[in-house]
Amino acid sequence: MVAQTLYDKLWQDHLVHEDADGTGLIYIDRHLVHEVTSPQAYEGLKLAGRKVWRISSIVATADHNTPTKDWNKGIMDPVSRLQVETLDANIKESGALSYFPFRHERQGIVHVIGPENGATLPGMTVVCGDSHTSTHGAFGCLAFGIGTSEVEHVMATQCLTQKKTKAMQVVVDGVAGPGVGAKDIALAIIGKIGTAGGTGYSLEFAGSAIRALSMEGRMTLCNMAIEAGARAGMVAVDDTTINYVKGRPLAPTGAVWECAVAYWRTLKSDDGAKFDSVVTLDAAAIQPQVTWGTSPQMVTTVDGFVPDPAKEKDPIKREGIERALKYMDLKPNTPIVEIKLDKIFIGSCTNSRIEDLRAAATIARGRKVASNIKLALVVPGSGLVKRQAEQEGLDKIFIEAGFEWREPGCSMCLGMNDDQLSPGERCASTSNRNFEGRQGAGGRTHLVSPVMAAAAAVAGHFVDARKL
Amino acid sequence: MEKFISREGLVAPLDRANVDTDAIIPKQFLKSILRTGYGPNLFDEWRYLDQGEPGKDDSKRPLNKDFVLNQPRYQGAQILLARENFGCGSSREHAPWALLQYGFQAVIAPSFADIFYNNSFKNGLLLIKLDTKIVDRLFKESEASPGYRLAIDLDQQSISTPGGEHFSFEIDAFRKHCLKNGLDEIGLTLAHADKIKAFETGRREQCPWLFN
Repeated sequence: MVAQTLYDKLWQDHLVHEDADGTGLIYIDRHLVHEVTSPQAYEGLKLAGRKVWRISSIVATADHNTPTKDWNKGIMDPVSRLQVETLDANIKESGALSYFPFRHERQGIVHVIGPENGATLPGMTVVCGDSHTSTHGAFGCLAFGIGTSEVEHVMATQCLTQKKTKAMQVVVDGVAGPGVGAKDIALAIIGKIGTAGGTGYSLEFAGSAIRALSMEGRMTLCNMAIEAGARAGMVAVDDTTINYVKGRPLAPTGAVWECAVAYWRTLKSDDGAKFDSVVTLDAAAIQPQVTWGTSPQMVTTVDGFVPDPAKEKDPIKREGIERALKYMDLKPNTPIVEIKLDKIFIGSCTNSRIEDLRAAATIARGRKVASNIKLALVVPGSGLVKRQAEQEGLDKIFIEAGFEWREPGCSMCLGMNDDQLSPGERCASTSNRNFEGRQGAGGRTHLVSPVMAAAAAVAGHFVDARKL
Repeated sequence: MEKFISREGLVAPLDRANVDTDAIIPKQFLKSILRTGYGPNLFDEWRYLDQGEPGKDDSKRPLNKDFVLNQPRYQGAQILLARENFGCGSSREHAPWALLQYGFQAVIAPSFADIFYNNSFKNGLLLIKLDTKIVDRLFKESEASPGYRLAIDLDQQSISTPGGEHFSFEIDAFRKHCLKNGLDEIGLTLAHADKIKAFETGRREQCPWLFN
């Protein structure tokens, strides 16, 4: 038998039909739904007189628009409120396996609640009208973001039409140094292959440094696969995966659990499987990363410098750097550690899980947020993450240091609620996109890990968290 | 979805790489529960000098005269010329909705991001990938000659310049078929309903944990 990649196996296990030209019809096991990309899909379904094919595949929550404070006041913005209420009504009418509405104790960011409730299980196809669905690939899933037309398509047919991508293996071997985490690995990969480097591919992350990551770390890594342009990112199933899944509310139990585990253990690339492309990185060489521009590939190390466009020979790239530096209000050759911040955001589907908050808290403990920082936000990824953090006393550490401890949601990652940057404000953010205006019109975003964000909060500027 | 009709159109060049969907349609406009009304807010942060909000009267907002789509010569443009990795980032389908509702029918670039590529074809927005060198030439020609138009022939998979040059482009046969006929892809998939049901039955037996 031909040695298969993990992607080959997942593809084959979900292939309902294949046309002569290679267009496949893929069965979807889990459909995660949120308020922003679903209303037009439900409306389309209704207008066509169609019903949801398999209600039990749908797990839904409200996360993008929801406020992160004063929950007792509800959602003040009427436009946001209507969108969230529309989801409430659509779920009430069409049904779901689980729904975690605004203010539910298990509500949270869709890519956090899926895994923590066992709604994401190894070997699944997982889709959501959200590009960061790649997160779920951490469980050996084929997981990818889709648009609203495809949300409607999955609701109506439980399937999607697509062609198989190429497969890229990203091998990270060695031991990452202390203070270097999954976010740094992710940004280092994007720095190496570029934001279009993964276009046309599904990525499998492999190597000893990946095996050593917790599930939280693997989710951070797979989450950022989309920022490399890839359809999906994934990690093979191992004990870490299975131990994480065990006991989750929607995970199987008893004899079915044993049967599932036996299957899940096959979810890895075979020895000798051929990848269309292989990229390798040495974990020991990866330093804490900081983005300086308006694309995640515009990244350097904390001991690095803002690049000098004069040194770039390619005119389009040079213009890109110049435009980014103008937007970011940065001068060429400035040391990264001299960049001062206005706001700090610790949260998002990239870095809002318990391990992220613990890591940030190690830096915040016994320190104070610098006086030039106007706002330092910690936004847990879900109600469960929040509760666990509070049980561990992390909330008190953050609050004593001068951070604000908020309710869960997407928050300032994209600023659909009140958590935004004002024009010109500069933010150290644990989120995933530093695009122009992403966190608020005119706002300037630097992507970093949770420890680097916490360190920037207490120093008031970027600093190597390992030196604090 | 509307059928894509081969036609010629005025070209507007947007000369920057990695244009993301946050730039194409900023997040505040994603709060709408409708499929329409996004055209006035296409490229909102580049197009206007003030901050856009849902419900604001866009016709009264100050325009950024430097932005390409605000220049008189590009009014009525139907073809957007762009650089590599166009449409990267968020999966928001509001991005192709906004481009179509503004009046674009096609985007030409050396490469597109995956989700945006899918979303566009589902809505009848034709995306044409051409070699970087050809795109470079089209940028130079369109910037040099006001009123520069290109003709797109979907059947022949070819675009023609005013100078009489032709460039062929690749497009997946299934996408082309759907685009030409304005087909409802859900209907096409439901033609396989029996196969889907049979697959589902098998899967329920093999992986019962997926069907709680």
